[in-house]
Amino acid sequence: MIDKFVPSIAEALEGIPDGATLLLGGFGAVGQANLLIEGLLETGLGNLTVVANNAGYGTVGLARLLREGRVRKLICSYPRIAGSTIFEELYAAGRIELELVPQGTLAERMRAAGAGIPAFYTPTGAGTELARGKEICDFDGRPHVLEHALHGDAALIEAWEADRWGNLTYRMAGRNFNPVCAAAASRTIAQTQHVRELGSLDPEAVATPGIFVDRIVHIPYGDPQD
Amino acid sequence: MTRTDWTPRSRSAIAARVAEDIPEGWYVNLGIGVPTLVADRVPEGREVIFHAENGILGIGPAPDPAAVERWLVNAGKQHVTLLPGGCYFHHADSFGMIRGRHLDLCVLGAYEVSAAGDLANWARSVGDTAPAVGGAMDLAIGAQRVWIAMEHVTRKGAPRLVERCSYPLTSPGCVKRIYTDLAVIDVTPRGFEVRDMVPGLTLAALQDMTDAPLALAVAPDALRMG
Repeated sequence: MIDKFVPSIAEALEGIPDGATLLLGGFGAVGQANLLIEGLLETGLGNLTVVANNAGYGTVGLARLLREGRVRKLICSYPRIAGSTIFEELYAAGRIELELVPQGTLAERMRAAGAGIPAFYTPTGAGTELARGKEICDFDGRPHVLEHALHGDAALIEAWEADRWGNLTYRMAGRNFNPVCAAAASRTIAQTQHVRELGSLDPEAVATPGIFVDRIVHIPYGDPQD
Repeated sequence: MTRTDWTPRSRSAIAARVAEDIPEGWYVNLGIGVPTLVADRVPEGREVIFHAENGILGIGPAPDPAAVERWLVNAGKQHVTLLPGGCYFHHADSFGMIRGRHLDLCVLGAYEVSAAGDLANWARSVGDTAPAVGGAMDLAIGAQRVWIAMEHVTRKGAPRLVERCSYPLTSPGCVKRIYTDLAVIDVTPRGFEVRDMVPGLTLAALQDMTDAPLALAVAPDALRMG
């Protein structure tokens, strides 16, 4: 019997190597796998490359991981933490590397990784500082920037509901980057607010098919806090 | 001529002036700041569908403080509501809508706009303490039209409409129209053309506050001219 549920956060995170590239779902406080991210602190993992839209929220999840010095490099579109200066201080002190990526390019680089597309041209960023050093090609008389797929060793995501095959639903704006990250990593680990019996999720409502999911932990985290 | 001859539009009045020009049926993304206020100023009975980068179409008015849905935030991480007919999708689809030119309009704030329509709205310098770009570059190249809503000059009185941007570009040549507290100005192949001004303001006085040549539009919004 296939059962992707594991009983603990430690088991869910088992096997992630030191120096791994981690894809984190979430946008602001909504849809962040905060307890999985904080579970990384217990594992002793460091030297991490983290891919996330923001640099965390408040003092939980990614903000804590940053504060504890576990992140070597952040690949991010909007590296600010609401109500905190943890990232700014690390960056100003030269203690973290930043790769700033336009939000749509960040999403598409992960989408490409999950879809077997190694690189693509995008009009976003052409003629700006963020295209500096990148290959440019004109299509239909318009300049485009070559961007590469962004693959993760692991993705840490938050779902609303999950069944034992790993089919996931999301709640409202909690979907955001989560399905994109889920498809783009070697192993995808979800924390879910609710557990559903196999067959009880509406197949039309499944937003991440279980093929993209490896392990699930039931964590009734509650509403996003801000 | 003294400044007392005219009254600048308030932030809310700038938003209302933008909203007046948005026809029924358009799909519109609103940036942070004055643009966000546009949603509340759409004339009664006119259906305009608002998009948020984090995966929402059909954003409704701000929620009743007693009934905030914590899973429903916009791209500025403010709590919002969903209209009947609204829907959710993931980040890669959301930016596919943007980059794929499906939005009729994006209204953004800006530090500077050049006479060629170059937009600078993401960073004040390349060496910002914590540079952040978010979705600005994707919206600038992707929407069918980019309109800017901003103050005509900085707090220190320096022009924001310039011959050439001094801040890092978000995208070259993307801005079609600018709504300021003093005027509405089109960006044309001939440069800036004034469509309307607040009552009492003259073209000469507006020119004094603008760092690139202004001309009157061929068919200005005559009834609005002071």
